[in-house]
Amino acid sequence: METILDKYKATEVENVNVWFKAASVNDFPKDGGACVKYKEKQIAVFNFERLGKWYACQNLCPHKMEMVLSRGMIGDDKGIPKVACPLHKKTFSLETGENLNSDLDAIAVYPVKVEAGYVYIGFEE
Amino acid sequence: MQHIIVVGNGMVGYKFCEKFVEKAESKDFKITVFGEEPRPAYDRVHLSEFFESQNAKALEMATAEWYADNNIDLITGERVADINRTSKTITTARDRDFSYDYLVLATGSSPFVPPIKGVEKEGVFVYRTIEDLEGMLAYAAKLKAEKPDARAAVLGGGLLGLEAGKAVMDMGLEPHIVEFAPKLMPRQLDSRSSQVLKLKLESIGLNIHLSKATNQVLGDGAITGMEFGEDDFLDVDMLIVSAGIRPRDELGRACGLEVGVRGGIVVDNTMKTSDENIYAIGEIALYNQMIYGLVAPGYDMAAVAVEQIIGNTEAVMPADIDMSTKLKLIGVDVASFGEPFMPASKGHSIIFENKTQHLYKRINVSLDGKTLLGGILVGDASDYSMLHQVYLNAMAIPEDPSQLILPASEGGAVLGDVMDLPDEAQICSCESVTKGQICGVIENGEATDLAGVVSCTKAGTGCGGCKPMVADLTNATLKSLGIEVKDSVCEHFDLNRQDLYKIIQVKGYKKFNEVLDNHGNGGHGCELCKPLIASLMASIHADTANEEYAIQDSNDRFLANIQRNGTYSVVPRVPGGEITPDKLIALGEIAKKYDLYTKITGGVRIDLFGATLNQLPLIWKELISHGFESGHAYGKSLRTVKTCVGSTWCRYGMDESVSFGIELENRYRGIRAPHKIKGGVSGCIRECAEARGKDFGLIAVEGGWNLYVGGNGGANPRHAELFAEQIDNETVIKYLDRYLMFYMRTAKPLQRTAAWQERLEGGLDYLKEVIIEDKLGIAEDLEKEMQTLVNKFECEWTQAVNNPEMMKRFNHFINSEDEDENLVFVPMRDQKMPEPWV
Repeated sequence: METILDKYKATEVENVNVWFKAASVNDFPKDGGACVKYKEKQIAVFNFERLGKWYACQNLCPHKMEMVLSRGMIGDDKGIPKVACPLHKKTFSLETGENLNSDLDAIAVYPVKVEAGYVYIGFEE
Repeated sequence: MQHIIVVGNGMVGYKFCEKFVEKAESKDFKITVFGEEPRPAYDRVHLSEFFESQNAKALEMATAEWYADNNIDLITGERVADINRTSKTITTARDRDFSYDYLVLATGSSPFVPPIKGVEKEGVFVYRTIEDLEGMLAYAAKLKAEKPDARAAVLGGGLLGLEAGKAVMDMGLEPHIVEFAPKLMPRQLDSRSSQVLKLKLESIGLNIHLSKATNQVLGDGAITGMEFGEDDFLDVDMLIVSAGIRPRDELGRACGLEVGVRGGIVVDNTMKTSDENIYAIGEIALYNQMIYGLVAPGYDMAAVAVEQIIGNTEAVMPADIDMSTKLKLIGVDVASFGEPFMPASKGHSIIFENKTQHLYKRINVSLDGKTLLGGILVGDASDYSMLHQVYLNAMAIPEDPSQLILPASEGGAVLGDVMDLPDEAQICSCESVTKGQICGVIENGEATDLAGVVSCTKAGTGCGGCKPMVADLTNATLKSLGIEVKDSVCEHFDLNRQDLYKIIQVKGYKKFNEVLDNHGNGGHGCELCKPLIASLMASIHADTANEEYAIQDSNDRFLANIQRNGTYSVVPRVPGGEITPDKLIALGEIAKKYDLYTKITGGVRIDLFGATLNQLPLIWKELISHGFESGHAYGKSLRTVKTCVGSTWCRYGMDESVSFGIELENRYRGIRAPHKIKGGVSGCIRECAEARGKDFGLIAVEGGWNLYVGGNGGANPRHAELFAEQIDNETVIKYLDRYLMFYMRTAKPLQRTAAWQERLEGGLDYLKEVIIEDKLGIAEDLEKEMQTLVNKFECEWTQAVNNPEMMKRFNHFINSEDEDENLVFVPMRDQKMPEPWV
């Protein structure tokens, strides 16, 4: 049976076939996140302004399978950029998706690019 | 390769495995462990915590993977049925045979059930395993559903019986303790201390029946009562038998090992039984004609057996075993050490007793007054660790030994510093860790903090009684090495909350990044420091949570409480719980329109659940149009001031509790604090508003209000303490302004008033000096700061719905108006709830 988790597969930038134009840079909070809808997927996108980087990952927290990660706080764990789930403060690396404070499975992360004031997220399909 | 079979996977059986695999010689051995319970060994000492957490995993000593990783075959749920000493084999209940070179018996004990008529009835339990507890919980739940005031008795007033009494309280049944002897904890306490303990336990709701011999258990099928003698009955719906233990020596008995008259397998000081290939450890071993029912001697026995098997024959059990214990029974400290009861011929006893405060301290000193021989502490055992060390190390005691137990204000408490202890002083008796080992791992750099010390030495991982002392030693050693011990907020700051408060106040920072860039460690913040600094800036600048929303905790960012499925709850403020019928109707209509699950909260207001992010501003617009404002149920801020109806309607009321409650709730609404704050105002001493269970509480008395501070419900319920008596409304506000502001300035993150007040050096007396007598000369500043917060109050939901920029926050998607399609609700009575988690 296909579960909700199966929709999300970590994507490397060299495998991107679709760059989805999500929203204007100005729509996103600084040093915070927002959720982007792409087809059947919910993607959490973070403008990590302090690092000058953008990150994208599944909005689904694998702990209790709720669509909430975009509402989490971001920061770093010994230099690793991370997001903390607002429900139980499970933290995930925004670089690799790895769970940093317990032994949950990694979340899927996606490449992000910014062009002409717009934020694009990369998908295989 | 030699084969060791361990029979029994309890705490001591596990400890044998743990100590064994640490040895280099262990590679020449294979270990197989049999446990008859379905799960791996767990911490039975802390069994009563299962009632609070119901999490069996949390009690586990080690995971099943740990055994596999260490090449130990763990076979649970299979009892060993027979030992054949000639062929050196065992047979299990499933008829499988295994051969051994060494056999270690660690089968422990079983609860002793006295042969009382009717003890087999339904509803009679023993207290030993997690399965026993699960059975009790299921039975108690069934009882309560049929009979809300159901009662349960514990047979036995010893240490375990009182633990079981706590379990009964946690299950929500009326607790009774029935003891045959004329005193509680007959093995540890003398009559006077037992009397003090009884008074204390009765004051917290335990019913205690002493000198009661139970003749029979009454009831048809299920228990309905206990009979002690002619016309002497106690009606109970459940009974937990905790009348002592009996060693599980049946295996050893059947194969002809030497056993004691009253049970237990006889061992010598090497832990060998009468068969040199068979060892016995823990509560089954009869050593010095004694069964030792404590975990520390059991662990020592495990260590001796390990050394003996690997050939270290000089490792033996000492002849004298320290039976000192300290525990918290239902929140009451009880400790005894050395020789608690001492015949007058051996020395003198010094006794301090204060029944009004439920305190009892006794020490026994040698006839020459130079050596401490033992003692008993009830009510306050904070001196236990030091006294125990003085006893164990035969350290010098003051010329007037009474100073060891007298309150500090009367010239007592002259115990030295922890660092004065000799290096060989044993700090953790469960794990046999000395002061030298604890300080050593810090000095050689293996550990740099308390967590490191605990993981290097295992100190404090047994009963946990030594933890405060381990922490003191760690801090003192770090200090002696010139390492500063800081309670910094997280990895991004070397500052604590109070430091950050002062920095933000003095520098006037208004952005998180300013604080981080100027005072942080170069990182980017996290979920600990961001909301903390957001809260400090809100307190200092009187801002709302809308000021910099990305650093707010999720609830403050969306001005609502996130619920299990990512939807939110909406709680408008209803000051003092007073609400007009029109407003009630408006709430009902709005809840109906948005299909929200509706419930009255613990703070007597109305909570509407199941609002999606997109719906939040729509709901609030309607609420605001009916005159409601944010209830701040989501913030670390004032929740409610609960009131009884007071003299407005009540025939007993002494003052207008509702009017004053509303005034206070409106005064302190919206202010951000280290944790949530609740208040209560009762119109008379009957205390219908439960004001003493709140952070601040007022009770109307003849001539004014009595003010109580520092109470809370929650995991550690505390009654607020009397702070000032018979004061008028104006004085109440003056003191509360100062109290709350002082708390906001100085508490740790997420520390409620009770914990803050308790840890303030100097305690409540000091607090009174600061707040009432203005010893620090800051009262005027505190009042001014509070008045600024009061004056600058703004409803953050009104701000949000009137600002299109802020409204953007409340969309599930940034690129679509759609709602989250993954939300699934199921019916619950006449309303709805989120689909349960799997």
